[in-house]
Amino acid sequence: MAVGLPENIFITQLDAAANWARSNSLWPMPFATACCGIELMATAASRHDLARFGAEVMRFSPRQCDLLIVAGRVVMKMLPVLQRIWLQMPEPKWCISMGACACSGGVFDTYAVVQGVDRFIPVDMYVPGCPPRPEQLLQAVMDMQAKVRRTGTIMGREFNIRDTPAGPTPFDREERHRIEDSQLVTLGGFDASATSFSRKGVSGNA
Amino acid sequence: MPLTPVDTTPTESPDREYVWTLNFGPQHPATHTTLRLVLTLDGEKVLNAVPYIGYLHSGFEKLGEHLDFNQYVTIVDRMNYLSPLANEIAWHHAVEKLLGIELTPRCRYLRTILAELMRMHDHLLNLGTTALDLGGFTAFLYFFQQREHIYDIVELASGQRFHTSYTRVGGVLFDVNMDWIHRVRKFVREFPKVYHEVDRLLTKNRIFVDRTRGIGYLSREDAINFSAAGPVARASGIERDLRRDEPYLAYADLDFDVVCSRGGDCYARYLVRMQELLESLKIIEQAVENIPGGSVNIGVESDMVLPAKPAVYRSIEGLIQHFEVIMPNRGYTVPREQVYAATESPNGELGFYIVGNAETRAYRARTRPPSFIHFSMFPHLIRNHQLSDVVAVLGSINIIAAELDR
Amino acid sequence: MPDISVLKAAFSAEIAESTFRDNRRIDVPSAVVFDVLSSLKNDHGFNTLIDLTAVDWLEYEGAVDRFSVIYLLLNMDSGERLIVRTPVNLPNPQLQSVYALWRGADWMEREVFDMFGIVFNGHPDLRRILMPEEFDAFPLRKDYPLKGRGERHNFPVITRSGS
Repeated sequence: MAVGLPENIFITQLDAAANWARSNSLWPMPFATACCGIELMATAASRHDLARFGAEVMRFSPRQCDLLIVAGRVVMKMLPVLQRIWLQMPEPKWCISMGACACSGGVFDTYAVVQGVDRFIPVDMYVPGCPPRPEQLLQAVMDMQAKVRRTGTIMGREFNIRDTPAGPTPFDREERHRIEDSQLVTLGGFDASATSFSRKGVSGNA
Repeated sequence: MPLTPVDTTPTESPDREYVWTLNFGPQHPATHTTLRLVLTLDGEKVLNAVPYIGYLHSGFEKLGEHLDFNQYVTIVDRMNYLSPLANEIAWHHAVEKLLGIELTPRCRYLRTILAELMRMHDHLLNLGTTALDLGGFTAFLYFFQQREHIYDIVELASGQRFHTSYTRVGGVLFDVNMDWIHRVRKFVREFPKVYHEVDRLLTKNRIFVDRTRGIGYLSREDAINFSAAGPVARASGIERDLRRDEPYLAYADLDFDVVCSRGGDCYARYLVRMQELLESLKIIEQAVENIPGGSVNIGVESDMVLPAKPAVYRSIEGLIQHFEVIMPNRGYTVPREQVYAATESPNGELGFYIVGNAETRAYRARTRPPSFIHFSMFPHLIRNHQLSDVVAVLGSINIIAAELDR
Repeated sequence: MPDISVLKAAFSAEIAESTFRDNRRIDVPSAVVFDVLSSLKNDHGFNTLIDLTAVDWLEYEGAVDRFSVIYLLLNMDSGERLIVRTPVNLPNPQLQSVYALWRGADWMEREVFDMFGIVFNGHPDLRRILMPEEFDAFPLRKDYPLKGRGERHNFPVITRSGS
């Protein structure tokens, strides 16, 4: 355009402006249960500084946050608490599942540990590792920022399109029957599960 | 000088309409992860505190019955996650006692240095988060920077910052080289400066002292009756330190003091931990100058350690030995007996009660968890204190949720 | 060193003693174990209970009893340790609580109840401590599977558009 604008005026779309603002000020809600919580604290400390990405303000009240970081294993006694906190967070909100235990149960395939929080909570970004290095968590935050900029809308329309559980189709036959009966949905068979895995990479495309 | 203890008889008046309940829920800002307290309050004064735990119970002890001695070390790592190597050293101390193995001198010194580095690691985080919970962010950042240096040292030895799974039955995973020794020496030289800075920030700080002095008093008799151990017990006047009383690894050759206090309150626990940082530094300095040479693992003829890789690829005996150690139920001879062995972990006495069943996995692997036992005295410590003291007391007894719940 | 013959005479019970790698252990029948422990605390100076745990002998060859409850004692002043083992059997496994002797036994007994189902009579507040209140099995028993019986995934699912 040939119009010369003064420095303090810029033209953009509302969506892009909202995405820019939201991605650069993601306030994390640290749901730190176990060892990954220590690496989360180390990421916020001075050597790997999370404040550079606008995520310094670790508010412990879910009403004030927009990024839930589930750091550490979630046991079945804690899962209702996690769900309640997720429901208390206002839109727009995203979730990073940090560490092997939150992504899939990790080393703890036992009677008490939930094998992946994505069975019960919608997760946007997975960070593998046990525990993930702070650099990995920073990469996840950066990828989260890229995802928000790429797919965000100012009115949050992108949150309405996912209405099936995002977790892996369970291999255990009894568990599949239990989920199908309780929710009156039909989960895909073993062929369909291949496509469901390919939809989600580490960067979590919706 | 001894302090007068807080009067802990509950002063409840008959008209109780103003008493209210606050849930200090499993997700809360005091950075001690998942524990829950239901506080009964009269205004700001805590009348009663009922702890509910189990929000991180992951079935560690059940896993111990299904995993090999060398595989379970990865799980034991994740118990007291502030000082992972200390747990590994305690686990393998118990396993080696069951199997009757004598370690090489080099391994003993190496494990001693790592155990003391982990003690500093734990105390640095505990002191940093105590300061953070009471409002002092600077001490947290300074101490975390020192923890990053310890992470670098551990990473150089084992390849991982955290959850290293470094010890094995009869030795450790890798030996260390001169680069590692130089790095430890550099850390020993530079740490006292940071220690003195934080000491100047906190120890005589009016706000810090007011918030911790006289709070959470634990008398000597109560500490004995509640089975306290470690810095919590030593700050109440019990002079017991397993490194001196039942020496294991290389502690018998090294010269250090046991830090005790008669104060019994949060401030005394803070002082004990600060001084223990300096004592650990002294131990590390002596040990690193005197590391013996020789091999770090016990000899391969004992059938318990993996042979060196060149021997596995080039000799039939090495290959057979490798196969025997890795495949389950071959290789080790485990007696059908029970043993208890404890070490002085940063949090107290961390012991394992192992029942062996002639298999390479334990029949029962019980952990004696210091955090669990210390948290049970929390209602006794917090009675009649203010709501804001809850955070100070929780911090000073160093509850680590993974060890609490296992 | 408590003289075992003194204890045997005092309680006229079969108390066996053994040593393994510097652990001293005595095996006491469950009928007299509370009295033996009180005598050890009051007369022989074992003023600290280091740990209280249990073992399930279901899959152990040659085991006679179903459970053993194990008390690890310490004399804080002299540093002497002792392990006391007592057998407990189904049905109705119960023992007398040692809360009156050592208050540290409070949570340790609750955990043994939670994990094994052994009831401690006289405990002020015996309820589950690590598992949720509504859980009905005893996880550390050998007949409970490692991966559980489906309790860990029995929760409602929250989807993206539903939250």
